[in-house]
Amino acid sequence: MDSETDMVRQIRALDSDMQTLVYENYNKFISATDTIRKMKNDFRKMEDEMDRLATNMAVITDFSARISATLQDHHERITKLAGVHALLRKLQFLFELPSRLTKCVELGAYGQAVRYQGRARAVLQQYQHLPSFRAIQDDCQVITARLAQQLRQRFREGGSGAPEQAECVELLLALGEPAEELCEEFLVHARGRLEEELSALEKELGPSPPAPDVLEFTDRGGSGFVGGLCQVAAAYQELFEAQGPRGGEKLAAFAQELGGCYFELVERRLAQEQGGGDNSLLVRALDRFHRRLRAPGPLLAAAGLTESATEIVERVARERLGYHLQGLQTAFLGCLTDVRQALAAPRLAGKEGPSLAELLASVASSIQSHIKASLAAVHLFTAKEVSFSNKPYFRGEFCSQGVREGLIVGFIRSMCQTAQSFCDSAGEKGGATPPALLLLLSRLCLDYETATISYILTLTDEQFLVQDQSPVTPVSTLCAEARETARRLLTHYVKVQGLVISQMLRKSVETRDWLSTLEPRNVRAVMKRVVEDTTAIDVQVGLLYEEGVRKAQSSDSSKRTFSVYSSSRQQGRYAPSYTPSAPMDTNLLSNIQKLFSERIDVFSPVEFNKVSVLTGIIKISLKTLLECVRLRTFGRFGLQQVQVDCHFLQLYLWRFVADEELVHLLLDEVVASAALRCPDPVPMEPSVVEVICERG
Amino acid sequence: MEDDAPVIYGLEFQARALTPQTAETDAIRFLVGTQSLKYDNQIHIIDFDDENNIINKNVLLHQAGEIWHISASPSDKGVLATCYNKTPDSRVLACAAVWRMPEELESVGHESPDDSASTTQTLELLCQLGSAAPGNVACVTWEPMGDGKKVISLADNHILLWDLQESSNQAVLAGSASLEGKGQLRFTSGRWSPHHNCTQVATANDTTLRGWDTRSMSQIYCIENAHGQLVRDLDFNPNKQYYLASCGDDCKVKFWDTRNVTEPVRTLEEHSHWVWSVRYNHSHDQLVLTGSSDSRVILSNMVSISSEPFGHLVDDDDVSDQEEHHAEEKSKEPLQDNVIATYEEHEDSVYAVDWSSADPWLFASLSYDGRLVINRVPRALKYHILL
Repeated sequence: MDSETDMVRQIRALDSDMQTLVYENYNKFISATDTIRKMKNDFRKMEDEMDRLATNMAVITDFSARISATLQDHHERITKLAGVHALLRKLQFLFELPSRLTKCVELGAYGQAVRYQGRARAVLQQYQHLPSFRAIQDDCQVITARLAQQLRQRFREGGSGAPEQAECVELLLALGEPAEELCEEFLVHARGRLEEELSALEKELGPSPPAPDVLEFTDRGGSGFVGGLCQVAAAYQELFEAQGPRGGEKLAAFAQELGGCYFELVERRLAQEQGGGDNSLLVRALDRFHRRLRAPGPLLAAAGLTESATEIVERVARERLGYHLQGLQTAFLGCLTDVRQALAAPRLAGKEGPSLAELLASVASSIQSHIKASLAAVHLFTAKEVSFSNKPYFRGEFCSQGVREGLIVGFIRSMCQTAQSFCDSAGEKGGATPPALLLLLSRLCLDYETATISYILTLTDEQFLVQDQSPVTPVSTLCAEARETARRLLTHYVKVQGLVISQMLRKSVETRDWLSTLEPRNVRAVMKRVVEDTTAIDVQVGLLYEEGVRKAQSSDSSKRTFSVYSSSRQQGRYAPSYTPSAPMDTNLLSNIQKLFSERIDVFSPVEFNKVSVLTGIIKISLKTLLECVRLRTFGRFGLQQVQVDCHFLQLYLWRFVADEELVHLLLDEVVASAALRCPDPVPMEPSVVEVICERG
Repeated sequence: MEDDAPVIYGLEFQARALTPQTAETDAIRFLVGTQSLKYDNQIHIIDFDDENNIINKNVLLHQAGEIWHISASPSDKGVLATCYNKTPDSRVLACAAVWRMPEELESVGHESPDDSASTTQTLELLCQLGSAAPGNVACVTWEPMGDGKKVISLADNHILLWDLQESSNQAVLAGSASLEGKGQLRFTSGRWSPHHNCTQVATANDTTLRGWDTRSMSQIYCIENAHGQLVRDLDFNPNKQYYLASCGDDCKVKFWDTRNVTEPVRTLEEHSHWVWSVRYNHSHDQLVLTGSSDSRVILSNMVSISSEPFGHLVDDDDVSDQEEHHAEEKSKEPLQDNVIATYEEHEDSVYAVDWSSADPWLFASLSYDGRLVINRVPRALKYHILL
């Protein structure tokens, strides 16, 4: 029940809800219908108004059409009147033209005149069949001709610089003058002016040097001539552009010709500079010169001025290199002269002149500083800020072939040659070359071989970053040349010194009467002299060359042990032939001796040390002694004298040589030969010989 | 082509003097004079048997003194001249004399019993040169082309021209000239030129070479300072009349054109000590032989200044055979002046070298220790020159 009541209640509730909803919707429907009706009314009103508007517009159109129809007539008349007016003004201009032109010409307002003329020309041309116009045209032509003449006159007078001239040409062109002729005339004119510049430059060149310095010269040339040329070229190109390639060619030919003259002048000037020492000034001048000529480069590419300018610069650079090479050579010769003088200068007692080592050092340093100065001077050519330094020549060939090969290598070579020439020419009769100079040069060359060459070349390579791939002389070749020179010089030194001592020995043997000589009491003075000279040479060589190696056996021998040694030799296999115990069959003996000893090369090449040099000199001297002894005949006392002399030499000479055996051998042979050349060979007691020798 | 080994002959004494037997053109024969102060000096006559490579010797005694120079007559095989030293009472006297050897030794092929030294024969003295005129004789030279009647001797600073008369038994002084100047001038060497009808003689004193005309006995040219030091020897090119070679103590051999005395034509500097002797080959003057106190003998090829021009060697008659001609020319590239060979058989100074008068490809050299070495021109070169 309950649920039924509940259900009924619910149904009622639902019914009432539904009724409310229906009412509400109905209301809304009613209001919508009202709205639609109102809209319908509004639209109808609007339609009416639109109809009225259309009618009004039609009326307006109608009116407008009527108005324009009325105005058309007037408009046409006005247009016609305006045309007539313009024509009349033109006619007036034409009629006035002659007088205006005349006035313009009189006033010198050529530009204005040309403009007028230009404007009128076409019209006149067109209407020339009408008599009146023809008259005007004729007048105009007369005036124009006069104008043209005046312009040309002005152009020719040429007093007023290039820009005004250019203006004249421009005007003339506008007047329809033939362009080619104008070209010619223009160029002839320009030439006149440029040639003036050139002759001014030439005057400065003068016959003698007091001309302004080269920098000023190139400056003046640059601003005067090159500037002028640039102007001319620029104006020409502007004016005669229409001329096409032919005009360009003409200009190029023109520039080339004048440029050639200019270069000639510059070269003459630079040639005057060639002897001068100031490189920086020259380089700066060249730089300006080159820089100025680069400006017209694009304009005058065809004329090849830049190339020629670069060529000139290159040529100058090359000549500079040659000049410096010569300078270096002169410096070297100067050094040599100084050394000669220093060597020849009489030594004051107690006051020693500069020693050889000092002289060597001074020569080496002075040459080195000269080389450095030259390098610095030519280095200016490759400086960054110089306009031509980036040209391929200066980057490549100049550095490698010019500086490295031409200057440095060339100098070292010439130095070697100069040094070698001392060997060749002075070979006869001892020559004029002091032996000390030979020695010094030899050491100098050797120093070059060991260090200086590589140092200088490294320096050069660093300063001139060589980019060129062309082959250069390797350091080793140069070193080998220097070494060869050093060796030849030293060998020659040995020969010369050996010759001096040889002559002494030879005279002493040849001039003496050995058959009737007295019993020896003393060592002959000449032998003492030989020892003294050898000692002096030893000292001299010692100043410049190292000691060198000796055979080990002699390292501990001294004068004392030597005499022991010589007596011990008597029992040895090589018993010296002058000892009484020795058999007189010296022939056999010396033959045996030779079997065991090596052949002595008398004038053999020497090594770079003192001992080798001294060995060479002593070998030469003793061999001479041997040969001279063989040419003489000795008496008993003559033989004994030789014995004494040889022993004396043995006492003092062993210490100078590499292998003292050599001295023994040669001296033994001398005595043996003397014994052979003696009909009555009675040798002296060795003890007596020793006593005499020790007594001095 | 192997070259024959050198043949060596040893003398018992020191020796400096060597000469070919100039008048002998068939046998290879050299004369060697010894130097000994204690024993009798000898002249060794060395016959060389080319086919068997054997040496035959004959010894003649030369008792007058030690021999410094020897020269054989160009016309008479048996006649020779020597310069020798005598040492009477502690004075050295250099004399010259003309000798005749025993007749049986003159001819070829004479075999003497080698071991019979006791029967050594003696020279017959024909005449003394300059017993009348004093001075130390350094050198005697015969007129090269003549009949062996004219001899020049150099004594100190005199040139003496002798006429040998009465079959050389008497020497008559025909002319003389002397060198004047400061110092002691002494001739060291001289040669008689085979050119100009044998009217020229060249001498050496100190560093100077001089040419003399034998007709007027006057100087015709003078090469001052021909060498840096003493000139030791000289020789005339047998085929080129103005060319002569000289050598000296500056280790150089120089070739001169006597028309230009300021500069030598060529200079050789191959020896390492004084050059004592220089000799042109008698028929092929590009071959020059030098001996030096560095104990070496050097044979040089001086083609560029020889009388034999390049390429002339092909006979003109052969031109028909073009191809051969061509091939030959190719092989005949111009020879360079060069050293052909250095002979080192000596162990002492070599004071004399000379070519054989019979065989132009054979020469002898003599060193102070008495060693005589006979050598030949290398065969390759010989054929090159001949073909």
